[in-house]
Amino acid sequence: MIRLIAFKELRSLLAAPSTWFMLAALQFVFSWFFLARLDAFLQVQTQLALIANAPGAAQIIVAPLFGTLGLIMMMLVPVLTMRLLAEERRNQTMPLLMAAPVSSTRIVLGKFTGLMLFLLLPIVASTLMVLALALGTPLDTGLLLSNAAGLLLITACYAALGLYISALTVQPIVAAIGALAALFGLWLVETSATDNSYWHALAPSGHFQNFNTGLLDSSDLVYYLLFCVFFLLLTMRRLHNNRLYG
Amino acid sequence: MSVAAPVTLSASNLVRRFGKRSVVNDVSLELRRGEVLGLLGHNGAGKSTTLQMLTGVLLPHAGSIEICGFGLAREPDRAKACIGYLPETPPLYRDMHVDDYLVFAARLHRMSVAQATEALDRVKHRCGLQQVGRKVIGTLSKGYQQRVGIAQAIIHNPEVIVLDEPTVGLDPSQIRDIRALIRELGDAHSVILSTHLLGEVETVCDRVEIMHHGRLIYGDSSARMMQYGNGTMKLEEVFIEITGNHSEETSP
Repeated sequence: MIRLIAFKELRSLLAAPSTWFMLAALQFVFSWFFLARLDAFLQVQTQLALIANAPGAAQIIVAPLFGTLGLIMMMLVPVLTMRLLAEERRNQTMPLLMAAPVSSTRIVLGKFTGLMLFLLLPIVASTLMVLALALGTPLDTGLLLSNAAGLLLITACYAALGLYISALTVQPIVAAIGALAALFGLWLVETSATDNSYWHALAPSGHFQNFNTGLLDSSDLVYYLLFCVFFLLLTMRRLHNNRLYG
Repeated sequence: MSVAAPVTLSASNLVRRFGKRSVVNDVSLELRRGEVLGLLGHNGAGKSTTLQMLTGVLLPHAGSIEICGFGLAREPDRAKACIGYLPETPPLYRDMHVDDYLVFAARLHRMSVAQATEALDRVKHRCGLQQVGRKVIGTLSKGYQQRVGIAQAIIHNPEVIVLDEPTVGLDPSQIRDIRALIRELGDAHSVILSTHLLGEVETVCDRVEIMHHGRLIYGDSSARMMQYGNGTMKLEEVFIEITGNHSEETSP
């Protein structure tokens, strides 16, 4: 059932021309940043050759690039999550799911999985793009993979939060703005916090730093997992409340 | 319909409030296989709310519902598998093809891919949708959209079919077709439909329950309802008299 709903979501996303336009624009922005970083690397490359134990291509190109991707995802994901539940309620298609033998848990997990399958596309595409560097220079694939994993996890957090806010309202646009405001607020908390403050730990972006430098910390993994589970549970609760309060 | 036919849906003492306003009050219903029950009432009488509770879209504040022997609260999945539901607004994904949508609806009701494709042909034939299978739902006329809505409610061959104002917004010939379809469905399944059209009750239903201010105030076979007042009254007059009488009785 989860798979059925997930594939239905994925298919309806891919059926809309606007989705393809968005993917193309996203890929264009990614490659623009990628080329800019590559250019910067080529300029300092000769000087780097003189330093012993110099940072490699991955450190100079991959880490800042994925940091930017994380920020772009923060703005992109609310646009995708907004329609997941809010639109179902606005178009009054929710009774189809509610009257079918499918639990709220499965509906929520199906929607979440469908969106994550879709978001895998830009994440995999950008990882492959960077991996193309390996043709010309030795590349630290470990660092690249930890960045990709971090990006996937942070995107999952954004999707879970966006899905919950989409369940709160009937207007997709309100859901988009609400989710964006919440994510932006979390990001602001993280960036404006002083060093070593606990506030860093609050926002998903704070836990991305370690992945960004190639460090896999289990506490970051646990944080991301808890963040997703928390908001998915809230969404399930919300759907149940819709049955209760109408 | 014989009295010995098995009970497929039974609801007892349903209560539903929105805030402090009581919308459905102590409603009990029973439906047998092969029976078409019409739920008749003014706008805002609580018909749609009752149907939403019967299909598990809304939870009742009190009372219990059993469908094909499964309690809706205890075993929601098994109970809901026996229901097909057409809400007031057909729950259509406007960007999907008719075929894809109907297969999705069938699969949601736990049919395998093979069963769903087989059911698709059958249901399209039944609802007159053969010509529009590859069309996008959003481009269809209101009448066809309503048919797709009915098709999604019956594709998984449910025991109980719940239709909320199935003929609203259709032209006369479409209304005739849909009524014939409901009548046909009523032979092998149990159908409960809400309406405020008396003609619908007359042509389609075996039994009528009249709902007024959230209560069931009159229930009888539709044939007998038509003989109310020694058969001299029109159905409209009967309806107005019953609901009018009741308002007088309940008002202080």
